[in-house]
Amino acid sequence: MAMPQLSHSRRRFMTDTARMACGCAVAGLGLGYVASDARALPADALRPPGALPETDFLSACIRCGLCARDCPFDTLKLADLGEEGLATGTPYFTARKVPCEMCDDIPCVAACPTGALDPTLEDIDDARMGTAVLVDQENCLNFHGLRCDVCYRVCPSIDVAISLKASHDERSGHHAIFAPTVHADHCTGCGLCEKSCVLPEAAIKVLPVRLARGEAADHYRRGWEEKEANGAPLVEGLIDLPDRLPGPGTDNLAAPGGFEPAFKVPGGSQ
Amino acid sequence: MSVETHLPVGFEALEEKGWIGSRRFLLLRRASQLLFLALFLTGPLFDLWITKGTLAGSMTFDILPLTDPFVATQSVVAGHWPSATALLGALIVVAAYALLGGRSYCSWVCPVNPVTDAAHWMHRRLDLPKGWQPKRSTRLWLVAIALVVSLITGTIAWEAINPVTIVHRGLVFGLASAWIVAAAVFLFDLFVARRGWCGHLCPVGAFYGLIGKAALVRVSAANRDACDNCMDCYAVCPEKQVISPALKGAPGSSPIILAGDCTNCGGCIDVCAQDVFSFTHRFDERIVEPSPQSAPEQSAARKIHKECSQ
Repeated sequence: MAMPQLSHSRRRFMTDTARMACGCAVAGLGLGYVASDARALPADALRPPGALPETDFLSACIRCGLCARDCPFDTLKLADLGEEGLATGTPYFTARKVPCEMCDDIPCVAACPTGALDPTLEDIDDARMGTAVLVDQENCLNFHGLRCDVCYRVCPSIDVAISLKASHDERSGHHAIFAPTVHADHCTGCGLCEKSCVLPEAAIKVLPVRLARGEAADHYRRGWEEKEANGAPLVEGLIDLPDRLPGPGTDNLAAPGGFEPAFKVPGGSQ
Repeated sequence: MSVETHLPVGFEALEEKGWIGSRRFLLLRRASQLLFLALFLTGPLFDLWITKGTLAGSMTFDILPLTDPFVATQSVVAGHWPSATALLGALIVVAAYALLGGRSYCSWVCPVNPVTDAAHWMHRRLDLPKGWQPKRSTRLWLVAIALVVSLITGTIAWEAINPVTIVHRGLVFGLASAWIVAAAVFLFDLFVARRGWCGHLCPVGAFYGLIGKAALVRVSAANRDACDNCMDCYAVCPEKQVISPALKGAPGSSPIILAGDCTNCGGCIDVCAQDVFSFTHRFDERIVEPSPQSAPEQSAARKIHKECSQ
């Protein structure tokens, strides 16, 4: 009878196919898990200058280490197998250990053979490796009224990416607080401030931009900027209504005796 | 296996050709593997920069870029078109291995090869069972899986676990994982699957095998009529399925080992006391005519000396 043989080979074909398909599915799921597990970069791991956004970077970086080799300050390290959140072999640096010294010729970008570090980055000031954030005002010495200023002094873009903003020191009553203030539009995320912070644990830290920054909605407009760009109010013939003022009798319409309004409504009753 | 049933593998070659002669290509391969590692290591060790980078991508003397074509392919599938340097590097590597035999990479360059060779040596010494033997085609499926996962996750998927680049990167950049991964591959090959990693699973080797399918440099069993069936070539060959078509082919068939799986390691040349095998090019179909006086003495009929036993 031919039937048993036919069914035998068919049976064998089916088991082989099922085995192969299931094996592939299991192996693929495992590999997929391992490969995608490394997509959430830890907050203290910064990519080199010009690195593409993380999802693009992971498809572009072949993990050759040429950027790390050409880094003259040994800033860049390669992630070892099993380092949390970091794709094996990809370059990163930890600002508190060795920050980026912002070389003018950007040798790491020049060394990248694939374009994972964007070759169109020509001015290191345009790099956005992260954004410095003064994360701990309660421990920052300047916020205690001292003139530590170290983060401000070491910044390669001093007075542009970070400035000292003076305000009245309520505690002493007659001093000033010089608050280190980061201007994120100009901060490259090099990490010199974090590296230099004199505290045992830095009060200023470079975070990945996604963690450091909020984002305004596209349709938001700042009236004063629009007015300046336009050279005149955008809407003609606006009337200015009376302002509420501080102090006793804050509503000067209902309770005269507060402050004299700086501006009087033209033709108003008062 | 009882020692009385056969001579130790390589015994006849050792008798005929001496210690060096019966290990010529093995010694050359070890030298080559060391050389390729040394090219990367003189920089970090002695500040003499010859080759920078890793086997995934490198730059030699600031002029010669090389890129692993499997890594480059995954990158393209994951959605990134590499810059000219990386593409040129991949093309150079593909061209070189298309000539030299794709899996020459495995036996002459790859840092995992000494590890799995050591595991196989130990395996033979301990006379362990061969263990799990998945089909040789499994590695091709792993190539496909790596590409599909790269496509879906948008990352260069195999590089997450690739022992070849992890071991090499670890050695060159001083990362601890090199030793852990090398030990894992060694133990896998020793206890789980004989010749398991390089011979059945590694998709990097499989990809190079595809590149070298029509390679110019090949081993030929040109002197196959002198074969005395000692089977030593089958014992040392890491891809034994490639031998038979050339060695035992019907009269008139090609003596060239044409299979892309052949790693051009030269093990069969070393181990053969009858000098059946030799390196040549794939179009060299010459067969040495048997001379009546050198008719092979059949191995099975040969008297086994007492001192041969291990």
